[in-house]
Amino acid sequence: MNPQALARSRDFDHRGRAWYADRAVTVFVFIGGTSAILFIGGIFAFIAREGLGFVFTEFDAGEFFGSIAWRPTSALDATYGALALIVGTASITGLAMVVSIPFSLAAAVFIGEFARGRVRETLKVLVELLAAIPSVVWGFIGFSIMNSLIIDVFDVPIGLNVLNAGIILGLMAAPIMTTIAEDALKAVPDGYREAAEALGATRWQVIRKVVIPAAKNGLVAAVLLGVGRGFGETMVVLMASGHSINLPDSVFDSVRALTATIAAELGETAVGSDHFRALFTLGILLFLVTFAINLAADTIMRGIRRKGERGRP
Amino acid sequence: MTGTAAPLFAGTSLNSRDRKVEWLVRVLLGLMTALLILPVVIIMALLVVEGGPVISWEFLTTRPVDGMTAGGILPALVGTVWLVVVALIASVPVGVAAAVYLSEYAPDNWLTRAINLAIINLAGVPSIVHALFGVGAFVLFFRFGTSILAASLTLAVMTLPVVIVSTRESLQAVPRAFREACWNMGATRWQTIRRIVLPNALSGILTGIILEVSRTSGETAPIMFTGAAFFLPFLPQGVLDQTMAMSLHLFVIATQVPDAPEALPFGVALVLISMVLAMNALSIAFRVYVRGRKKW
Repeated sequence: MNPQALARSRDFDHRGRAWYADRAVTVFVFIGGTSAILFIGGIFAFIAREGLGFVFTEFDAGEFFGSIAWRPTSALDATYGALALIVGTASITGLAMVVSIPFSLAAAVFIGEFARGRVRETLKVLVELLAAIPSVVWGFIGFSIMNSLIIDVFDVPIGLNVLNAGIILGLMAAPIMTTIAEDALKAVPDGYREAAEALGATRWQVIRKVVIPAAKNGLVAAVLLGVGRGFGETMVVLMASGHSINLPDSVFDSVRALTATIAAELGETAVGSDHFRALFTLGILLFLVTFAINLAADTIMRGIRRKGERGRP
Repeated sequence: MTGTAAPLFAGTSLNSRDRKVEWLVRVLLGLMTALLILPVVIIMALLVVEGGPVISWEFLTTRPVDGMTAGGILPALVGTVWLVVVALIASVPVGVAAAVYLSEYAPDNWLTRAINLAIINLAGVPSIVHALFGVGAFVLFFRFGTSILAASLTLAVMTLPVVIVSTRESLQAVPRAFREACWNMGATRWQTIRRIVLPNALSGILTGIILEVSRTSGETAPIMFTGAAFFLPFLPQGVLDQTMAMSLHLFVIATQVPDAPEALPFGVALVLISMVLAMNALSIAFRVYVRGRKKW
């Protein structure tokens, strides 16, 4: 074979350096791609590794879900009743949602449907900055500013309570809900709006009778993700809720949350002790609940995407 | 059906009642939006008023003294930089690889759906659960101890979704025709990605990384038990040392140091929030600039 023919035949052999580089990268990005599954599996495995040891030994479901006696450090009779922690988390998250759902949805409708041009861009940037404030700063605001504000306004002895943590948490969850809800409104095809406008509807009628019903699933998903965010927030509930084990009678009572309990106690437990493993059991509970919330939100959102694809010409 | 059907929308542009309702709704929604944003403005103003006087060059460059009731925040600032840099080194390659896979390779099958679900959950799992994972995996199982390495890896896992999602979006924004043109020249998939897709998506990827820096520097719960210390008189020398961090420092002097002067935590909060918001503003400005320059 003459050299030119040889060179030509090499051109047709794809297994050059480029081919091997391509193979190697394919493997590398595949590993990177599946890493997210690896990590979420790893999170559950490592929490379960510490927590399940407790679940199968000391754990008593009746006590865990039915008793408010969280006394893990008692030398004689340690009890692990998480009821007050669950109620604490639920009451703070509940109040946070009462605060943030109407405001977030209102803001999403205003930004998505009413605001135009520069106003709209400015509001979107502000919402994004609102979402960027670190949770420890929110916690500090609850601990210092909101605390004295509540004491002054409502004339109560302590300002670190459900009301404080709920309002702060509501402000914190609002930007996420606003952003996702606005995306859901944006996903409604303009043709729907134009058709309704052609029938003589005002813009509010278009929103109320056409856009919101069409975006309903996305709005529900936005609320769900907001609930998940509030449920799992740690620093705010640690600093602003008062952190005392208590079944609240009113919003002015201090409570303690699941996340805050882990944050406050993990540093003071001996590795491998019952108390240490009980905190990981709380972690399993938190993981499972947020997993369920995210799964539900994702299922709802996927439903929308499917419908959108079918509707496309 | 005979006659006229009841119209769905009674309003026309001449119907004054509906116009009034519309105006009312508009004002109401606008007010609610303002009420949502107003607290941020007030909070920022309060932080500046209360914390501003504390901040000086000396505050930023000296160590805390007298049981953290005086002095500066240097070890916390340096520590946060360490944590962020190590977290970025760990998460950016993995995150970009994951985004390249999802955008350029992944078929629409169960595995891709599982990856997407895993990403959503990584972002949604409470930060304190990430902390438990960090303790269980990095501190205890891999025996890194409480160190910058363990804390940064915990942060890296936690903020991985930020990198993946923003990178994937910017990769998908590169028109498909660019890729097809390159393939037609005989380039392999990887050559196409390296020479065409990644350069065109670079600015979007950088925007995502800046956002990740902002997220990482503000997180507290994940580093509390994995590597951040309440107080250390010296600066970290390597990734196996513990370190102070801005976010935890704010928590500590606000809640654990009762005799700290009242303005001190405000000063720390102001520095922390300035860092975070500056990063966010940078990423927003960058995004607007890039959008304005786009050629397609």
